[in-house]
Amino acid sequence: MQAEPETLAVVHDSLPHDSARLHVTGNATYIDDIPEPAGTLHIALGLSPRARGRLVTLDLSEVEASEGVVRVITGHDAPGRNDTSPHLGDEPMLATEEIAFHGQAVFAVVATSRKAARIAARLARMEILAENPAVSVEDARQEGGRVLPDYAWENPRVADAMNASPMRLSGQIEIGGQEHFYLEGQAALALPGEGEEMLVHSSTQHPSEVQHIVARVLGVADHNITIECRRMGGGFGGKESQASQFAGIAALAARLTGRPCKLRLDRDDDFVLTGKRHDFLTRYDVGFDAEGHIQAIDLQLDARCGYSADLTIGVVDRAMFHSDNAYFLPEAQIASRRLKTNTVSNTAFRGFGGPQGMLGIEAVMDAIAHRLGRDPLDIRKANFYRPGRDVTPYGMTVFDIETLLPLVERLEESSDYWARRQEIAHFNAHSPILKKGLALTPVKFGISFTLKHLNQAGALVHVYSDGSVMLNHGGTEMGQGLYVKVAQVVADVFGIGLERVKITATNTAKVPNTGPTAASSGSDLNGMAAKIAAQTIRDRMAAEAARRFGCSAGDIAFSGGFARGNGQEIAFGALAKACVLERIALSSTGYYSTPGITWDRNTKTGRPFFYFAYGAACSEVIIDTMTGEMKLSRADILHDCGRSLNPAIDVGQIEGGFVQGLGWLTTEELVFDAEGRLRTHAPSTYKIPVASDVPADLRVSLWQEPNREDAIHRSKAVGEPPVMLAISVFSAIADAVHSLLPGKPVSLRAPATPEAILDACDAQKGLA
Amino acid sequence: MRRTLRFIFRGQTVERDGFDPSLTLLEWLREEQRATGTKEGCNEGDCGACTVVLARLREGRLRYEPVNACILLLGQIDGAEVLTVEDLSAGGTLHPIQQAMIAHHGSQCGFCTPGIVMSLFAAYHEAERPLTRAAFDDILSGNLCRCTGYRPIADAALAALHGPAADAFANDAELRRMRLEVLREGSDLFIGHEARFFAAPASIETMANLALCHPDATLLAGGTDIGLWITKKLQELGKIIWLGRVKGLDRIEESDALLTFGATVTHERALPALASLDPDLGRLMRRFGSRQVRASGTLGGNIANGSPIGDLAPALIALGASVEMRKGGLTRTMPLENFFLAYGRQAREPGEVVTALHIPKPKPGMAFRAFKISKRFDEDISAVMGAFHFRLEDGRIAEARLAYGGMAGTPARARATEQALEGVSLSDTHGWATALAHLEADFQPISDMRASAGYRAKVARAVLGKALLEIAGAAAETRIHPRGEAAHAG
Repeated sequence: MQAEPETLAVVHDSLPHDSARLHVTGNATYIDDIPEPAGTLHIALGLSPRARGRLVTLDLSEVEASEGVVRVITGHDAPGRNDTSPHLGDEPMLATEEIAFHGQAVFAVVATSRKAARIAARLARMEILAENPAVSVEDARQEGGRVLPDYAWENPRVADAMNASPMRLSGQIEIGGQEHFYLEGQAALALPGEGEEMLVHSSTQHPSEVQHIVARVLGVADHNITIECRRMGGGFGGKESQASQFAGIAALAARLTGRPCKLRLDRDDDFVLTGKRHDFLTRYDVGFDAEGHIQAIDLQLDARCGYSADLTIGVVDRAMFHSDNAYFLPEAQIASRRLKTNTVSNTAFRGFGGPQGMLGIEAVMDAIAHRLGRDPLDIRKANFYRPGRDVTPYGMTVFDIETLLPLVERLEESSDYWARRQEIAHFNAHSPILKKGLALTPVKFGISFTLKHLNQAGALVHVYSDGSVMLNHGGTEMGQGLYVKVAQVVADVFGIGLERVKITATNTAKVPNTGPTAASSGSDLNGMAAKIAAQTIRDRMAAEAARRFGCSAGDIAFSGGFARGNGQEIAFGALAKACVLERIALSSTGYYSTPGITWDRNTKTGRPFFYFAYGAACSEVIIDTMTGEMKLSRADILHDCGRSLNPAIDVGQIEGGFVQGLGWLTTEELVFDAEGRLRTHAPSTYKIPVASDVPADLRVSLWQEPNREDAIHRSKAVGEPPVMLAISVFSAIADAVHSLLPGKPVSLRAPATPEAILDACDAQKGLA
Repeated sequence: MRRTLRFIFRGQTVERDGFDPSLTLLEWLREEQRATGTKEGCNEGDCGACTVVLARLREGRLRYEPVNACILLLGQIDGAEVLTVEDLSAGGTLHPIQQAMIAHHGSQCGFCTPGIVMSLFAAYHEAERPLTRAAFDDILSGNLCRCTGYRPIADAALAALHGPAADAFANDAELRRMRLEVLREGSDLFIGHEARFFAAPASIETMANLALCHPDATLLAGGTDIGLWITKKLQELGKIIWLGRVKGLDRIEESDALLTFGATVTHERALPALASLDPDLGRLMRRFGSRQVRASGTLGGNIANGSPIGDLAPALIALGASVEMRKGGLTRTMPLENFFLAYGRQAREPGEVVTALHIPKPKPGMAFRAFKISKRFDEDISAVMGAFHFRLEDGRIAEARLAYGGMAGTPARARATEQALEGVSLSDTHGWATALAHLEADFQPISDMRASAGYRAKVARAVLGKALLEIAGAAAETRIHPRGEAAHAG
């Protein structure tokens, strides 16, 4: 590793979120808080009452006649294309003929109030020639529908290696989906400008794509459309591709009425209309030796994708990329099917398939341990990547593997794993109804978009003549602290305080052609782009300072609000003023693309990831084997952030991610009925964690070794990997169930609701 | 009779007449006042993003109650002061709660934050010191945060709630109390006209007459369910009779044998009295909805509403409670179990109003147990709720009252199983098993999004089995959360 060249006064400091004061006072502005221009109209959507069929009649007369209604819009009204899909043209903005899922948007009502629009939206008469929907993974497998072709990393040696293995196991794990439940629902406010111009305030992680899609819907060139997003009230992947439809409808309504139009979904509609984490059914066949070393594995990943492709290509690919997690699989074959169902199209969700892939292999680790009567942690460690056993199933060498084992060993020690293992065995021996379980599981998560072109970012920095700085970049703020992290980077480039850097709303007119804020890459990409932009300006200012001080630009240092050199100094603001008078440009863009990534999906070769982020968690649970109730009593986490840009922000990501993963694997259950209707469509029926689900005994530490790669200030991405720390909870539950009949692999589905746990207990006892 | 609504907002007395009876407090705040600090997250009282605090006089004392503005009707704030997040930093100085939330990194996306700040603000004035983590969990049971994992919010609360309240509100308490005192008066409130009104009668007589004259009116107590008729079903409720101002309807009376709750006693107020009857009742009430729901929701409303999954009814049926109703000048009382006729149908006649619940106290020699099984421990609706009341004689079960929720279209007793248990010895585990099998005859539960029929059947049996184990004095630990474990430090 090379030494940090700069003095860093602000980076690596636990500064509060830039909007913290606005948050706690209620002054942070979300889409629905923006003062509405006079005459603003409100939109509500009319939803399909059936999951599959042909729309033969759409009678909107009562809708149009309803009080306050100004206009009713169908897909035929789009002057451009009635499509809001990211790539493939398979997602009508408003369905016109084919109905593909229950609750699909069929028309939009534009009215003088939101209430009037909502009331009118329920008055349509739709006649649908209904067909039986394919709802579950099993339905889809039988029907054979796909949203994308099957994709596999075949390995002709697997069969022989499997046959040569001393022991074999096969099984399957059902993995449920997950609703994002961002607290701010989908929202867009469209303001028509002159000519073809349109400004849309959109709650989106991907302003550039929203811009492009709004232009496509309106049939105009991209340069007419501006998308702005100051902040989202949560995203988690749910606003990566999903915001486009609502921005598109709002913009179309604004174009057709000539008035500002706002679309903010009611929570129930948001649940029904927007994609979720993909459900998976993963089947495995694994060969191993008496020590538990895996010799061969054959994995089949079947994903429920919903009715369209959306981002499925990347999601299921990433599940495949993480089907090894931290383990060397000498001979592996990993295949996937992207199944089409008559359900809402599943989409990005924090981890982007990684969690589903990882849960599969962790279930395999538990099954091997149970079969061998060994501690699962021993089996996990025996299979870790290590020098000489460090090539992944997709051919990339895990070059930074030296982090994994020491990190796990430190947590093993700090969590007191082995002593607690003994205590739990003792407790279980004397407790017939309540059983405890313990598990320590690792995380290895690949950082970079696996679609190469997304790994780029731009930034725009201005220094004004008073020395204050405006920062803008293509990344969006959804609570993760991206804005403050990037501002910290810029403040240090100029050697000024954070308060001198103003972070402005993400806007496609300032920084164009950006990727989504996703894949945990926000600060890696935008931090670098902003740093480059700021350095460009600083170099020009240094040259001016050097001219004044009579030294070379390389001798000028920026710190504490001054530029210094040759024994002289000038305040940063004074230098900025001097530069303006000397006609030196104090504005610059910055551009960054991740180096070294070469993955080619077609040839299945190359390096998909810039680096890996590591972590491990140890969780202890207690379950009730009569009712299936469960409590997480303690969790210890050690997570690798490289040299953290902001440790407080990173701890927030780790804890929040862990708890979100906890919800995914325990209480959050999406229930679709046979007609394809989502029955858990509000917080009354869909249960995300509350405070009491989080153990009071939660011990989180950072692994602060510098990133080996030249990521921004040697930090590591942290947005998604912590979600998978929660697999330790799932594994601990399996451990508790296993105690009922040691030696028998546990059959537990995710989410491990009380019912799922009771089923697993009964199966373990041989009752089911 | 008073014809205008009166409440305090931003330090001023607001008078309103001629408003839509269904207008919610959140709509009034965000759309009419453009006070956008208070957020809408779910519009059904489950996420807490819209939490505001109502300052009210209760028994002469100034109390701060967190409520969900999304399902509270504007009319229901009559006589109260509404405090929103914007009130806390008036003058530019942050409230201690706000300071602590910043210092402990308690916000990420910030959308849930105003609601959380308001829940903690109410606790700042109401909660016992020092705050415990268990008490914090309860205070925050009605606020969902999807970003932080709650730990930093807990740290902020534990730091801010260590000493006595010392904010601007503590300094101004007497002024606030007096302002509310001025608003207090005992006349009936009627806003609107005969065909469309929001009425808030002040006496039982006016209430009974009004209900009799307008049998088509909606009787509104806490509104934690009726609010959803408005926000989700988009029902137009033209006539609303709010019971919240009826004198005497909020009474709690205790005699040697009986606890009586007026119909508008909130869950939060009923909690200590019910907890004193049995720790399981306390636990059950503590898991009832959230703080916000318990602050608004009433015992009478919960019963009159007739939900098949309401947690209160099975417990009260097991205890042998009766319900008192009034129609015009006539009062009648019936056993609570007879009140629930079928799914969505109760014995309350048009124009009749539930006025009180009478709950016999368990006598010596009786044992009570209650179990609530739900996907999530807090703020969830039961998959199965079982409440059991046994009279024991000489180591035998002399009488059993077994009531379940979630097992049928109404809360219901397991009569076949009750009979089968009678006379069974507490040491006769084989006899229990035989008796428990009768649950199959008692119930044919359904599958829904909360649980499958099979799970419900298994759990109905499991919780009754646990109750028997506990009463028989078995050594095995039967619960993750031990009976009587301190759960509430409100």
